[in-house]
Amino acid sequence: MQLATPARILGGTIGLGAVLVAPAVAANPGTMDVTIHIPRLKVAEYHKPYVAIWVEKPGSKAKTVAVWYDHDMKANEGTKWLRDVRQWWRAAGRSMSFPANGITGATRAPGAHKISFSRVQLGATDAGQYTLVVEAAREVGGRELLRIPFSWPAKASAGGRAAGTSELGAVSIAFR
Amino acid sequence: MKTRIWGFAAAAALSALAAVPASAHRQWMMPSSTVLSGDDVWVTVDAAVSNDLFYFEHQPLRLDAMKAWAPDGNEAAIENKATGRYRSTFDVHLTQKGTWRIASVVDGVMGSYDLNGKTERLPRGTTTANLAERIPAGATNVRTAESNNRNEIFVTVGEPTTNLFVPTGKGIELVPVTHPNDLFAGEAATFQFLLDGKPVAGLPVTVIPGGIRYRDQLGQLDFQTDADGKVEINWPEPGLYWLNVTTPRAGREEDAAAAAGPQRRASYVTTLEVLAP
Repeated sequence: MQLATPARILGGTIGLGAVLVAPAVAANPGTMDVTIHIPRLKVAEYHKPYVAIWVEKPGSKAKTVAVWYDHDMKANEGTKWLRDVRQWWRAAGRSMSFPANGITGATRAPGAHKISFSRVQLGATDAGQYTLVVEAAREVGGRELLRIPFSWPAKASAGGRAAGTSELGAVSIAFR
Repeated sequence: MKTRIWGFAAAAALSALAAVPASAHRQWMMPSSTVLSGDDVWVTVDAAVSNDLFYFEHQPLRLDAMKAWAPDGNEAAIENKATGRYRSTFDVHLTQKGTWRIASVVDGVMGSYDLNGKTERLPRGTTTANLAERIPAGATNVRTAESNNRNEIFVTVGEPTTNLFVPTGKGIELVPVTHPNDLFAGEAATFQFLLDGKPVAGLPVTVIPGGIRYRDQLGQLDFQTDADGKVEINWPEPGLYWLNVTTPRAGREEDAAAAAGPQRRASYVTTLEVLAP
């Protein structure tokens, strides 16, 4: 489905597999790599989905780490549809201003996309249990949300994976 | 609406039945969105009086008393007003972030007086302001009661705010425990209702999901306010809901009504959007 995309190597690997492809296994990982597959859909009218990625921790405010939307339209018109990423909009988006520095990004085409976040970017400086949430909403299409729990301090061997069925493909995390 | 009902309820025996069609007509507003994002935000509202929710199929809701308030409390313009055969429509330019109120509040005075041996009703459109001039000289046994009818909706740009929810102390008003623009199926919502600024136990609260035309069962949920004026509502599914609160209707026995005079009446209507989790 996604041809010649670098992260395809990660696709289909779980847990232990992440160790095998990790370039250098650090004793105390400081970075999370997130790989998001956006499926290619056979539909008459296709628009690249809006995607929000955020971190939840019970008792804390949700922390948005990335939002992919039509950020370069005139008069900021692409923000009109941000509310359709509705769980993220409720958890964090509605109290933010856009464009959001370091968070706003362009929508991505079908395929695998790898983005990396530092522990600080993730808001995971406190030790504990967290959840990475990825939500995609597509214009004239559907919506899907995936959750991957993780903990910090992270182990290089730790990882996680969730598989979407409609608007998202496989989503995986790994630490280095 | 009500005058028509009274028209065919000439016989006293029919007056009890007449209450049924009166409550079957439902007035409502339907906004294009309740949860909004963006920099140049508008909402369009359809407003009608109908049997089925939310289909405009009977009468338009009159816009004479329609007003909008921005989150900072200032009144905002109702734009592009139009009233057609079955519905009215208008726009509000949502130029501030926060929660907006769009409301039609109609206050009136009902009642009667005796003149020359006959009992006369106060005409429609009587208010506290014009009451004195509508009672002719020589009238005796003047009995009046105030009616307050509030039909309002809320829409929110960005983060929901609550500074528009300061009660005026008149009629039935909603005080959010759960914000009316933060509703999700599977989560219970609690609202407090005040009558003339005070919580009242036992106010009937009716909740009906939209989409009536395509199902056989009405799906009406009935509640009564508790001692704090509160109700807790569990939304069975996402969608638009019509919510109506009224003062309880006493029996319409002619003798009792004549003895007690007209009853103070108030009603509250809102449309709530419940999102999918």
